[in-house]
Amino acid sequence: MHLPISDKIELNILHQNSHQAYKNKVKLNNYNLLCLNIMSSPGAGKTRLLELTLEDLSKEFQSAVLEGDMTTNLDATRLEKLNIPVVPITTGRACHLDANMVNGGLKLLEKKINPDLLDILLVENVGNLVCPAEFEIGEHFKVALLSITEGEDKPLKYPIMFREADLILITKVDLLPYLNFDINELKSNITSTNPNADVIEISSITKSGFNLWQDWISKKILKFKNK
Amino acid sequence: MHEVDMTKCLILSMEEWAEKKNKEKIIVEKINLKIGEFTCVEPISLINTFNAAVLGSWLDSSEIKIETIPFEGKCSKCNRSYFPKKENGYKSPCCNFNLEEIISGRELKIASIDFKEK
Repeated sequence: MHLPISDKIELNILHQNSHQAYKNKVKLNNYNLLCLNIMSSPGAGKTRLLELTLEDLSKEFQSAVLEGDMTTNLDATRLEKLNIPVVPITTGRACHLDANMVNGGLKLLEKKINPDLLDILLVENVGNLVCPAEFEIGEHFKVALLSITEGEDKPLKYPIMFREADLILITKVDLLPYLNFDINELKSNITSTNPNADVIEISSITKSGFNLWQDWISKKILKFKNK
Repeated sequence: MHEVDMTKCLILSMEEWAEKKNKEKIIVEKINLKIGEFTCVEPISLINTFNAAVLGSWLDSSEIKIETIPFEGKCSKCNRSYFPKKENGYKSPCCNFNLEEIISGRELKIASIDFKEK
């Protein structure tokens, strides 16, 4: 038996995931396909947001969805009604999508449509504020939703999600008149956690804010295509 | 239970590392991790998950040691470093500025591996 040796490697624990995420991004870039990772707690309104967004977006851009869900295909079934390519990814016990799952989703998408024909890929992550933002999937931008029924303090309680987001959508703002909710306090907590994030207030009932959200997406697609 | 997936990634990285060392000829004693305070990892959960995952495997006798790296930010007004607190909205105590720059606390690293040759 020899004496112990210490091998200093300084390697990211998530190196395997990051490596696959990098490969996914290269693939997406080769297809000239912008990818958004949509994240939130369960029930913040991701699927409804996508339904309404895709209705409008489809007039101008070709879209597809990778739909992450722990145990069902319910959300994917809703989105398939919009006649766009939707690939369900059932994560089982996993509380987030990872780069390998998205790689599998991309392979299934390639069987449904030539991704060269697409402009944007929307990936709906599993509803969870704790860890999805820690697992890169190869996305170009992260979008976090936060519904006002969740409380003003969530950016402080789940800072990694809101720190990592490029855009934060404050959803269900049509409920503001009925709740004891201070939207300025929420915005202040968002700015404290992530001073650089774009923030849009939005309602899937009144569609207020949808023009800003659609504009945000359109600009990102056009900038990406013209890079 | 994202620690399960963290553990899976960790074991895959260990496999990759061991292949270069000739896995059959080494015994890993300790895996030294650096985990930042500003991550979603609960160190005890990661250790417990790892211990359960490696039972009966080539890493069965190895131990996880975690060094916690403090969450530290830098005030963008006066450049002083500080320890952001959620009670204070992560703002700098010196100038009450928002958290722009994170100096440390996002680490999720395998720092080093202590092993013996058989």
